[in-house]
Amino acid sequence: MRIAVVQFPGSNCDRDTVHVLSNVLGLDARLIWHRDFEDDSFDAAVLPGGFSFGDHLRAGAIAAHSVAMRTIRKMADQRKPILGICNGFQILIEAGLLPGALLRNSCLRFVCKWTTLQVENPDTPFTCALEKNSKVRMPIAHNEGRFFADAKSLNSLRDSGQIIMRYSNENPTGTTEEIVSVSNWNRNVVGMMPHPERASSPLLGGDDGLKVFKSMMEWTP
Amino acid sequence: MNRFPVEIIISNKPQARDPEGETIARDLVHKEGFHAVKDVRTGKLLAISIEAEDEESARKLAIKMCNDLRLYNPVAHSISVRVEHQI
Repeated sequence: MRIAVVQFPGSNCDRDTVHVLSNVLGLDARLIWHRDFEDDSFDAAVLPGGFSFGDHLRAGAIAAHSVAMRTIRKMADQRKPILGICNGFQILIEAGLLPGALLRNSCLRFVCKWTTLQVENPDTPFTCALEKNSKVRMPIAHNEGRFFADAKSLNSLRDSGQIIMRYSNENPTGTTEEIVSVSNWNRNVVGMMPHPERASSPLLGGDDGLKVFKSMMEWTP
Repeated sequence: MNRFPVEIIISNKPQARDPEGETIARDLVHKEGFHAVKDVRTGKLLAISIEAEDEESARKLAIKMCNDLRLYNPVAHSISVRVEHQI
């Protein structure tokens, strides 16, 4: 399986993601500079976390116009798995590939901590190795993670199974209905605020994040 | 062509809470006795200048730019565009 990990100026955990995909899971993962990412023949793509373009204007707003996003859009149309982690999630929203908005945390602080999440929909390329309603532990580290959508859109996201994960018994960022992960209509594009690559080894405090990447390996559309 | 100063203000829609504005209202404005101030909302200001024939075309171009480049996320934000008299 060939996976592109797209690097923007200000990305972080991009190398961690490549490490987990290639050294832990044995996949062919390549780190690709956003301006050079024009090859849509990869089997899947990951947009890593960080602070692309310094979060100027709004987190993800500038990266959303990168040439890389044209390739991501093509891959998304081909129903290939696309994962946005943290800033990657913000970029996918700003590029219009995912619904809603990610606003500043209601506590007005950057929140960096381990959290417990509940899997709402295991029918995606990034959750199929997990059970519905199961709990997983992964860390978050962000300032803009308060998911927002109006009541009507929330209803339709719920009805179409596009809410993928929620916080379980906590809500450190004040996000709407504890939502931390959503997908597009086809469910091949998933964004999540927690960092699965930072939870991919017992040495780091947990390896529940591996299941997110293993799902991608097991996924059959 | 004339040059018009244009201010674009991006702020959260009323439905999207603005915790920074709420904090300013609660912990500064009201605490210090300005009770007549009923609401504080924060936003982001882009001060630009546009070369255009007249005010109306400057406004239209600013709005087109906001929409085409998605300078705001229409799900959560609204924009207000103010065109000043030409320089």
